[in-house]
Amino acid sequence: MATYIGKSWLSAVGKPVAISPRKLCSKKPINRWKESVRRHYSVNADCSSSHEGWSSMVGLEIHAQILSNTKLFSASKAEFMAPPNSLVSFFDASLPGTLPVLNRRCVEAGVLTALALSCSINMRSVFDRKHYFYADLPAGYQITQQRLPLAVDGQVHFNIFDERRKRPPSYRSVRIKQVQLEQDSGKSLHDEENAETLVDLNRAGVGLMELVTEPDLTNGTDSAALVRELQLLFQALGTCDGKMDEGSLRVDANVSVSRPGQPPGVRSEVKNINSVRFVKQAVDFEIKRHIKLLERGEKIQYETRSFDNSLGITVPMRDKEGKIDYRFMAEPNLPPLILHDNTTIHQSCQPLRAINVDALRDSLPELPRARRQRLADQYAMSLDVAYVLVNEPGLVEYFESVLQEDSTRYSKRVLNWLTTELLKHLNLNHISVSSSPLCASLFGELIDLMQRGTISAKTGKTLTAMIFDGDKRDLMEIIEENGWGLITDEDAIRQICEGIIKNSANTVEEYRRGNKKAINRLMGDVQKETQGRVEPGIAMATFKQLLESR
Amino acid sequence: MIRNMSRLFFVRRNSSLALGRIIYSEYTTSNSKIPQKPQWRESKKKNKVKVDPQTIENLERLALVNFNSSAGVERLEHAITLAEQLDDVDTTGVEPMASVLEDRELYLRDDTVTEGYCAEEILMNAAKTCEEYFVAPPGNIPLSAQATQQASERTRKEEDR
Repeated sequence: MATYIGKSWLSAVGKPVAISPRKLCSKKPINRWKESVRRHYSVNADCSSSHEGWSSMVGLEIHAQILSNTKLFSASKAEFMAPPNSLVSFFDASLPGTLPVLNRRCVEAGVLTALALSCSINMRSVFDRKHYFYADLPAGYQITQQRLPLAVDGQVHFNIFDERRKRPPSYRSVRIKQVQLEQDSGKSLHDEENAETLVDLNRAGVGLMELVTEPDLTNGTDSAALVRELQLLFQALGTCDGKMDEGSLRVDANVSVSRPGQPPGVRSEVKNINSVRFVKQAVDFEIKRHIKLLERGEKIQYETRSFDNSLGITVPMRDKEGKIDYRFMAEPNLPPLILHDNTTIHQSCQPLRAINVDALRDSLPELPRARRQRLADQYAMSLDVAYVLVNEPGLVEYFESVLQEDSTRYSKRVLNWLTTELLKHLNLNHISVSSSPLCASLFGELIDLMQRGTISAKTGKTLTAMIFDGDKRDLMEIIEENGWGLITDEDAIRQICEGIIKNSANTVEEYRRGNKKAINRLMGDVQKETQGRVEPGIAMATFKQLLESR
Repeated sequence: MIRNMSRLFFVRRNSSLALGRIIYSEYTTSNSKIPQKPQWRESKKKNKVKVDPQTIENLERLALVNFNSSAGVERLEHAITLAEQLDDVDTTGVEPMASVLEDRELYLRDDTVTEGYCAEEILMNAAKTCEEYFVAPPGNIPLSAQATQQASERTRKEEDR
């Protein structure tokens, strides 16, 4: 499934075809992209002329399901796609007399994520009840953190990568207002015909991290890039699998538009956007819709809308009549959540279970942005190439293990083959890097064969396709069996070329009359006859020599 | 004041539940501000609360209770008027207390599956089921034909999404 995510994102930005590292020599660290550059792009990159005279503000609420064995407050399993109501404890069904017991893993995941977002952690946070009246929320309220959330005041730094690579990556930063822990709701299936709702409580009570951003975004492209960056960040931390198609990661977008310098306009909220591409579409659609209404002199009403992905538009969702009163109240069944650091951990009344923020900070893995920068610095590749590598889960590890076997292998060819051939086959077959039949050492062997001139790049591609089709034989065995080794003997090449010239009198005549391009036809014939086993450079030189000498 | 009293009670109760009760009763008898028998006095200056029809409608939808008789609405207004007297107490600078366990550290559980897999028992409580699902009405129980229509529209929209 990991490849699916990568793919859905790739399809949003276009396939990463044929990256030539030569063109991408930008070795400037990201942080040197000055404020002026940032402004330049935010004005020009995505605002079409119809947006002139308006400024837009976008803030996101991101619901990320915590990757844990059990739910937030009960010990029933947290899993996608299980038989209905099989993963439900008495607490999840809100039977009287049941009480919430907080899952340590969920708190750790929340703290790790908050640390990765440079948040300030509240060493004491509390839980609240937020009241809704829905059939898939049996308690009638959701336990969340409203008054005093787990963490506040964070920041995400990310880059916007131009898919066509015409512009260097531009820098963005978005403030995170808060990170809070809360329960997910159950799922409702609506049976319109019988006017019934079927309720499955398997998801009810699964732990969520809700991230609220400040309205620092201005358009759909930036919003989508932020979501993608967070998705990679969660996956690097292992705190959420980020599978938007399974609902593990859901986005609400708050959009408002006003005249520059004026106070922000009335916002509308697009709920439950479930792919990175739809985030871009929904936000851009909302901005345009607001501008259209405002230009007609109409007032924007606060409302919640949903994104219709088949039409690419947003539609009103609930009745427009006023905001819902959630009747927030303190959760009386849960004492405050106390976190510790190195100085206070020994004071905890549960020293073995207590959470040490300092220890978690030390355990933070390399985060996507730092990883791109390291790849750029260490291997002198451009940030755009590093972006492609980091974008596919496991690809950086793959790349580095290829180089670990033999550090002299590192070349443009390795990067090119990783980002084009390997990714192409992984996407075609819907498999992840970690389960690729072309493992890192085999890949290295293939590169070496091409580098040494034993086989042509064309044969390399054929071999790659064969391996993905399930051929498990040794590479040399396949090459020898099919006679795919490159013909390097000069006399043999000369003989083949002479044969072709003899059979193509017309083409030779054309060439001699001055149409030098005619030689390409001869080259084609050579490749056809030898199945691409002659190094094109040598063949070309031989032809020229033969044709000129006559 | 209320907060401190509960704290005191809580701390003492910890040492012994029975002792806690004794102390509590001593405490109440020694403090003249706390009456020995429950009594109720309506504040004079409070104006009677009026609830507008829109709010009544909202409450009816939330609570699935029909207030729609003048006696019912009056009872509701009376209850709110009584409750609003709590606002007369000056709580400036007093941090609200949600639980007597506030000075405790929240217990953290290991992430191991020990519950669930009891769909049959869970569903035993349901008035109506379909296969392994609970069956609920579409949205809230509609109070009028118009509401029925709205609800089915909402259902359709949710499905579209």
